Amino acid sequence: MDDIFGIPAPLLFGQLLLGLINGAFYALLSLGLAVIFGMLNVINFAHGAQFMMGAFVAWMLLEYAGLNYWWALILAPLLVGLFGVLLERTMIARLYKLDHLYGLLLTFGLGLIIEGIFRNQYGSSGLPYRIPPQLSGAWDLGFMFMPIYRGWVVIVAAVMCLATWLVIEKTKIGSYLRASTENAALVQAFGINVPRLMTLTYGAGVALAAFAGVLAAPIYSVNPQMGSNLIIIVFAVVVIGGMGSILGSVITGFGLGIIEGLTKVFYPEASSTVIFVVMAIVLLARPAGLFGRA
Amino acid sequence: MSDAMLKIQKLEAWYGESHVLHGVDIEIAEGEVVTLLGRNGAGKTSTLRAIMGLVGRRAGSISFEGTELIGLRSDLIARKGIGYCPEERGIFASLDVTENLMLPPTLRPGGLEVAEIHTLFPNLKERARSPGTKLSGGEQQMLAIGRILRTGAKLLLLDEPSEGLAPVIVQQIGRTIRELKTRGFTVLLVEQNFRFAQTVADRHYVMEHGRVMDMVPNAELTSSLDRLNEYLSV
Ligand SMILES: Nc1ncnc2c1ncn2[C@@H]1O[C@H](COP(=O)(O)OP(=O)(O)OP(=O)(O)O)[C@@H](O)[C@H]1O
Ligand SMILES: [Mg+2]
Repeated sequence: MDDIFGIPAPLLFGQLLLGLINGAFYALLSLGLAVIFGMLNVINFAHGAQFMMGAFVAWMLLEYAGLNYWWALILAPLLVGLFGVLLERTMIARLYKLDHLYGLLLTFGLGLIIEGIFRNQYGSSGLPYRIPPQLSGAWDLGFMFMPIYRGWVVIVAAVMCLATWLVIEKTKIGSYLRASTENAALVQAFGINVPRLMTLTYGAGVALAAFAGVLAAPIYSVNPQMGSNLIIIVFAVVVIGGMGSILGSVITGFGLGIIEGLTKVFYPEASSTVIFVVMAIVLLARPAGLFGRA
Repeated sequence: MSDAMLKIQKLEAWYGESHVLHGVDIEIAEGEVVTLLGRNGAGKTSTLRAIMGLVGRRAGSISFEGTELIGLRSDLIARKGIGYCPEERGIFASLDVTENLMLPPTLRPGGLEVAEIHTLFPNLKERARSPGTKLSGGEQQMLAIGRILRTGAKLLLLDEPSEGLAPVIVQQIGRTIRELKTRGFTVLLVEQNFRFAQTVADRHYVMEHGRVMDMVPNAELTSSLDRLNEYLSV
């Protein structure tokens, strides 16, 4: 097999794929955060916990109800999204009139509580979740073996990001969302029920996190910390992409996953910090983020 | 005028701690065009915002077709059939002209067709795919008025549609308001451009310091100028 830049090709492509997969999760999660922030002006610190809940609900559906991966892919986002709707109605909605910081503190606290409850119930060692039989195995691409499930994750995440973007940019409800991001009071004065729109948006953002959690369940072990490990990086992604920019968060998510993967090949020592280095540089050069409007 | 479409009594309004309306009384019959005149800071915008439920707190009574609006949320107020065109026009940058035009939902049957709005404001058709805020000031004003004509709202609240526009555009907007009157719309128009107000309105309310000081039928406007001078900067 050939070398590329003195690196064996399978190693390079392997890390690239790994980067792409991480990037898929960064993109899905930062997309949900961006949608929520754009509409509600709340930085949803419970996002990691909601991602974890998606994975756990998938595991529970299988364990207690015998419902497989494909059911989980639909039901877990619905159930966790519904839970998000409940949180928004009972707690988060009360904070819109106050400073950003309160929403951040509340969701941060909620995230910790949710994580704690799952740790109490299920321990922190992690539960196995099997790759569905239809997606197990690997393709021989000639230059490397590609596990089918990993390819699936990248494709589904990309499709989901595209679908979300289409809903926001091309539909009526998307135009309500964009307009509310600019001037919610006026949108409401046209007769649109903005509070309900906010509830739905939060629910959708949370459902997106749970969807990512289901995708993640067969790759990472299902454990209560799986969200908080990921979410720190996702916040860096959001800062780099620009808070509230939909397309920016998707591109940045995939891009940073790849950068991280390549760093693992060329300079492994920096692989866990490279994203934060990028964040620092971007913040110095463009404080509003790569795609943010200042 | 016991059959007033809009009857505002002792309306008071606050932004946080600041008390900006101190008892506003206004009545408008169906089909009338009525202006609110007054100097900067008199409370004209605040009156419209208070009708729409866009102030911090309000008290008194705003009765629209017999329904009390005080206490209703602004989307429910709009749903009664009121269209609002704000002073800053409120065109959305992330929406193109057509999306801006189609944004307000239909409140009642009987609104203008998009084709009719395009006949009133041909520029909106030509620029359909431009981002809303890439339009000229005049075109943005046309869009801000046009989009509330679609909804079936019978009462239109227009806040200084002539502000900062070239004379020919002001004339076009004047023609539009007269056209709307013949179509049966009721209009409450905030104006500082006194000459413009004179060409479109049936009556004028004069505001100062958050109160209505006077009411003048349009025919008497010129002869009342001396009296109104103290309230207006003519
Ligand atoms: N958001 C706000 N918060 C606090 N005070 C406000 C706010 N908006 C307006 N005011 C105050 O309310 C009073 C009335 O303002 P309003 O905008 O209604 O006047 P206006 O008659 O529309 O003036 P203009 O002709 O300049 O548009 C002013 O004293 C103004 O300073
Ligand atoms: Mg004003």
